[in-house]
Amino acid sequence: MSETKTRVPAVPGLFTLEPEVALVGSRCSDCGSYFFPREQVVCRNPRCRSSHLEACELSRAGKLWSFTSSAYKPPPPFVAPEPFEPFALAAVELEREKLVVLGQVVRGVLPEALRVGMPMQLTSEVLEESDSQVLMVWKWAPSGAASIEAKR
Amino acid sequence: MSQVVILGAGMHPWGKWGKSFVEYGVKAAELALKDAGVEWTDIQFVAGGDTMRNGYPGYVAGATFAQALGWTGAQVASCYGACATGAQAIDTARARILAGLCDVALVVGADAAPKGFFKPNAGDRPDDPDWLRFRLLGATNPTYFGLWARRRMELYGATPQDFAAVKVKNARHGLENPNARYRKESSVEEVLASPIVSDPLHLLEICATSDGGAALVLCSEAFARKRATEFIKIAGVSTVTPSYPSSVIEMPNLATDSWAGAALPERSFRDSIAFTAYEQAGVDPKDLDLAEVYDLSTALELDWYENIGLCAQGEAERLIRDGDTAVGGRIPVNASGGLACFGEAVPAQAIAQVCELTWQLRGQAGARQVAGAKLGVTANQGLFGHGSSVVVSR
Repeated sequence: MSETKTRVPAVPGLFTLEPEVALVGSRCSDCGSYFFPREQVVCRNPRCRSSHLEACELSRAGKLWSFTSSAYKPPPPFVAPEPFEPFALAAVELEREKLVVLGQVVRGVLPEALRVGMPMQLTSEVLEESDSQVLMVWKWAPSGAASIEAKR
Repeated sequence: MSQVVILGAGMHPWGKWGKSFVEYGVKAAELALKDAGVEWTDIQFVAGGDTMRNGYPGYVAGATFAQALGWTGAQVASCYGACATGAQAIDTARARILAGLCDVALVVGADAAPKGFFKPNAGDRPDDPDWLRFRLLGATNPTYFGLWARRRMELYGATPQDFAAVKVKNARHGLENPNARYRKESSVEEVLASPIVSDPLHLLEICATSDGGAALVLCSEAFARKRATEFIKIAGVSTVTPSYPSSVIEMPNLATDSWAGAALPERSFRDSIAFTAYEQAGVDPKDLDLAEVYDLSTALELDWYENIGLCAQGEAERLIRDGDTAVGGRIPVNASGGLACFGEAVPAQAIAQVCELTWQLRGQAGARQVAGAKLGVTANQGLFGHGSSVVVSR
């Protein structure tokens, strides 16, 4: 990929890439509930109803709740690399936030390499490139694999 | 509570017919009216199940069907609740009847579905989780089915053979159903030899998209008594939403609720769906004779066994292995053949489930008849938190 293109989140506001990739959620300062994507108006806990919601970065590590794969090319608006290669998806439970977040698994890691309960780490990869930018997305990687991936 | 009578049921056969959804709905409505022995001009209220895929007529399905059948001045509602659309339409008509606002109502749902994966509405819509999941993750509906299936394998020791056995059972049930799209037996080997779509689920374990239509004529007990002495009744309808926090990852969301700030509810969303209808009807799941559940995937049918109270959590594999849920077994599930044989026609499917229970409870289900059926339940779930369950009794 071209060195001159800037790397940006494929959808602004959901996650940041600097200084390292992190999902941007929000936390209710009254009841402690977390939300992803960010909730900004009112806490969704019906017994709280607070409007004190602060943006926060979610934990970058968690445990694999479950996993699967996409063996057929998903329809638009997903832009699949050609030729299409099956990829894995992971639902990861975050200990501190007590919620489960879905994401693609890094390229090259398929379901055979995954087990429910294993530690997972947040990382990022290219989703697609436009003429001027590299659009990035968050991904999950088995812990240990993430550091290797980041050096690519 | 006073009950609402199911006077008539009708379906357009499901498949890929290449016609307008209006045609499917009108055909189903005409069959339901004929079955009820009621004229279209006698119908006081029409509830249509909306479809989002067929332009403006689809968004105003109640009026679209009413116009196609011929304007009569009947009152109308158009309902949408994703896969629970049919339950919304049934509930709306039932509430009108129970409130004494009308005596007899027609409920219709129909769809003409596209080929392949469902995808979000057009346009860049980053505020729509349905758009986000496709755009960023390529997370199709089978992705979620795969997550739930893998979780079952891990927690309860489900095997690929258990999942395949659900398809084998439903395919056998659907053989004798003239409204079913697929009428062909499957073997476990055949299912497991079909390509993986979303690990661990194979092509033959994930329901197709279909065209189809289903309709019901509902009326008050007083109206029904003028015509017959024995009838099939709707004893409960649940359109329940989840209770916060909901901890299972559900279509189309990127994440679950957080349980850091509030305790998990006593019942999960899926557990609450049928139980809300049971409570309304005053029945216990152990008294059921049969159930029609939403088998988007084979593995999901096993989840429903537990969610609707046919067995305790983790025991669904035993039910399928023992043949309990096959016709002839202790508690047959999806005697119609289910979505495995029908495929999805979104606004019609919750209505179609009630059609099947109606025919079963009348003893009109032919070779797939569940002997002596008197009490049945349907279960279904619509995107964005629409519960859908109907208890039907003799």
